[in-house]
Amino acid sequence: MEVSSDMKVTTPASAGTMESGDILIEIEPGEQRTVEVVLKSSVANEFGKQIVATIQRAVEEFGLEYAVINAVDKGALDCTIRARVVAACQRATGEDGFDWGKRA
Amino acid sequence: MTKLRRSMLFVPGNNPGMMSDAHIYGSDALMFDLEDSVTLREKDAARLLVYHALKTIHYGECERVVRVNPLNTPYGKADIEAMVAAGVEVIRLPKTETAQDICDTEAEIMRAEQKYGIPIGQTRMMAAIEGALGVINAYAIATASPRLVAIALGAEDYCANLKTTRSLEGSELQYARGAIVVAARAAGIDCIDTVYSDVNNEEQLIKETQAIKQLGFDGKSVINPRQIKPVHRVFTPTHEEFVKAQRILAASREAEQRGSGVVALDGKMIDRPVVIRAERTLELAYASRTVFEEEEL
Repeated sequence: MEVSSDMKVTTPASAGTMESGDILIEIEPGEQRTVEVVLKSSVANEFGKQIVATIQRAVEEFGLEYAVINAVDKGALDCTIRARVVAACQRATGEDGFDWGKRA
Repeated sequence: MTKLRRSMLFVPGNNPGMMSDAHIYGSDALMFDLEDSVTLREKDAARLLVYHALKTIHYGECERVVRVNPLNTPYGKADIEAMVAAGVEVIRLPKTETAQDICDTEAEIMRAEQKYGIPIGQTRMMAAIEGALGVINAYAIATASPRLVAIALGAEDYCANLKTTRSLEGSELQYARGAIVVAARAAGIDCIDTVYSDVNNEEQLIKETQAIKQLGFDGKSVINPRQIKPVHRVFTPTHEEFVKAQRILAASREAEQRGSGVVALDGKMIDRPVVIRAERTLELAYASRTVFEEEEL
């Protein structure tokens, strides 16, 4: 997907669940020009940095430049984190033109 | 080597916990479901989840099947595009009623293959027959595309359509099962039976599996990993069957060398159909070698 600077969160949205192996991603509009991630995870000490980086990269690849993301991780794999972030971004922005041809 | 489809494990498409380790239970195929197990408001999230899982997780030797939503829903086209792009092996079409359903789905698959640079024809198809019209059209469906590897019976919808319910002895499914096996064999593809949904009743699962194997089915859909081993046990030749098949083929080869068309083994005539069955037994035994070796111990 093309990075578009005018893409923004039009409505708070969420994706994912609190079930084991999943991650709940909640997105709200951000005021700063950053992607701020607040993570709760039982493995935050071990993998917190990687999880936050994975979330930030997925949000940026989607084309969102500012948002506040609350994430509750229940041991999700990277591919699950990316899928949930994209789903939440789509719901929050109304943009559903995900490029299925790009790398996952 | 024969491709085994003894068991196909259903995996709800919006459950990442189940998707991450679905392959460790040893089923021959995994069927990620985007259809009935996913609520309408989660269709988008499930599609993304299965797409990312297929692109990332190595499912070993399990055949990866995705049940997409029908094309007459707002989700079908997007499901097919995403799954083909992810490189899924088999697209399973639910509620197939006519050969045209297969043609329409194939057109969407081909469009996606072209768009994402995937070799045309690489994505295979499976059709689930879940209603009276589908059963009537089973042979036309089974021969509608060279991509089809199997047809499967979906009994819950079929019974609702027939205005009946499922029973232990399965009399309501006799006609559909027979029709589907015959159609699949005539078309030269596999046939897979419906699920047995009482996970706690292994005895009845085994009985039902023995019955559908006797009808000619290649395998059964399962909804719980616990159902995989009992189903495999029914479909795997026993040591005695394996040895007998070897003796039949040896006797047949010997007769061939002597120039004789007919041969007897243990007082019974060995003719062509017996030899074909013995070959099939050996194929199954070799294809399921790990399970077979376990049973030999």
